[in-house]
Amino acid sequence: MARQALLAALDDGWADPSKLYAQARRARQLLDAAREAVAEVLAVRPDEVFFTSGGTAAVRDGVAGRLRPGGAIVHSAIEHSSVLRAAQRYQASGGRAVSVPVDRLGRLDLDAWRAAVTGPGVAIAVLISASHEVGTVQPVADAAAACDAAGVPLLVDAAQSVGRVPVPEGWSLLTASARKWGGPPGVGVLVVRKRTRWSPPEPDAGPDPGPELVPGTPGVPAVVAAAAALRAVAATAQAEAARLSALVDRIRTTVAATVPDVEVVGDPVDRLPHLVTFSCLYVDGEALLHALDRRGFAVSSGSSCTSSTLRPSHVLEAMGVLSHGNVRVSLHSETTSDDVDRFLAELPGIVARLRAEVGV
Amino acid sequence: MTEPELLDCRGQRCPLPVIALAKRLPRLQVGAVLRVLADDPAAANDIPAWCRLRGQEFAGSPAPGVYEVRRTH
Repeated sequence: MARQALLAALDDGWADPSKLYAQARRARQLLDAAREAVAEVLAVRPDEVFFTSGGTAAVRDGVAGRLRPGGAIVHSAIEHSSVLRAAQRYQASGGRAVSVPVDRLGRLDLDAWRAAVTGPGVAIAVLISASHEVGTVQPVADAAAACDAAGVPLLVDAAQSVGRVPVPEGWSLLTASARKWGGPPGVGVLVVRKRTRWSPPEPDAGPDPGPELVPGTPGVPAVVAAAAALRAVAATAQAEAARLSALVDRIRTTVAATVPDVEVVGDPVDRLPHLVTFSCLYVDGEALLHALDRRGFAVSSGSSCTSSTLRPSHVLEAMGVLSHGNVRVSLHSETTSDDVDRFLAELPGIVARLRAEVGV
Repeated sequence: MTEPELLDCRGQRCPLPVIALAKRLPRLQVGAVLRVLADDPAAANDIPAWCRLRGQEFAGSPAPGVYEVRRTH
C-alpha cells in the first residue's frame, strides 16, 4: 500500500511544492491531500499538522518550540531516547530536566508527575503514549489533566500508538513516526494544537509559511506514502489490534509456562497490542538474539550487551526488572499464528542450550 | 559480626556476575551475607532483580560496584 503510493508519488509529486509551475502545483496538491488524510486519522485540523524528517525530529522541534532559557522540562523515566536527548541538551544549556519514575510494570507514577508539572518554570511535559520497550500503556488522560491544571502543555510521543490504538485527548502536542505505522522511513509527524503557544524552531525558514515547510521537511513522495499507509492501517486497526493482542497473550502465557526462570515484563492487560518483552535469567542477551536470528526470528533486546553504550535499557532499569537475557518481540501485519507457534516451539530449547553452555 | 564472604566479579559482564552469585549463595549458611564486587553497570539493576525473583534478600549497595545479598532460604 505504502509502496504503491510511494511509486505513484515519485512519478507525480517529485517537484518542489513551494514553486508555481504545473508540476510544483501538482506536488502541492498531493502534499495538501496527505496532510488532510493524516489530520483526519488523528482527528485534528490540517493546519495543525507538520511533517518532519522523522519521529526524532518531530520530538526535537516540538520540544524546542516551547523551551526558553532557565525553565524546566518534565518527562517520564521511560521516554524514547529522542526525548532524553532533548532534555539533556536543555540541561546543557542551563535548563532543568525532571524525570518522573514508573512502577515495576512500567506505568507512570501519577502523584510524582503531578508534583513535577506544578514545579516552577515548567515549559513542557513529555509522556510516551505507551512504552516502546515493554508495551505498558501510560495514563495519558490523567497526566494531561494534571498538565492542564498546572497550565503546562503536554507533548505525547505517540509513535507506538498512532495507526494501532486510539490516543486519549487532552494533549497540546503529539509526535509520531511513519515508519512505525508501516510507512516509509524518514517521515515524522508533529501536531501542535492551535491553542498552544509554540514557536517553530526556525520561523524564517522560507517565503511560504505553510506548516509543511519546517526545515528538514521530507520529500512529497515519502509524505504521500506515509499518509496512504496511515489511512490503510487506521481502517483495519481495531481488527488487527485484536488479532495481534491475542498472539501476544499466547506468547506471554506460553513463555512463562515453558521457559524456566523467565520474567515477562510490562503490564499484562493495559498494553500495546503488538509488543511483548521478557528476560531469561542467566542468559546473554546478545547470544540469544543471534540464536533467534539464525532461526529467522528478528527480535530486539534491552540487554546491555546489545547496546553500544554497554548499559542496559533505561526503561528496564527504571522498572527495576531483570535486564540481561532480554528479548523484545514486535508483531506486525504479516506475522502469522504459525510464526508465533514456531517461535514458541523453538525458544525453550534455545534458552536451555545457552544456559547449559554457562553451566546453569 | 563477621565480615561477609567476598565474590569478586570485577571485569565480568552480565549475566556472568548473576550466574556466579547464583552458584555461590547456596554454599553460604542461611542468614549469611555475600558481598559481590561487580563493575558492570547492569549489575546495579540485575543483582536486586535476581534477589526479588529468587526470594533472596538484597541487603544494599554500601558503595558503587559493591552489592550485599543475604541468603534467606
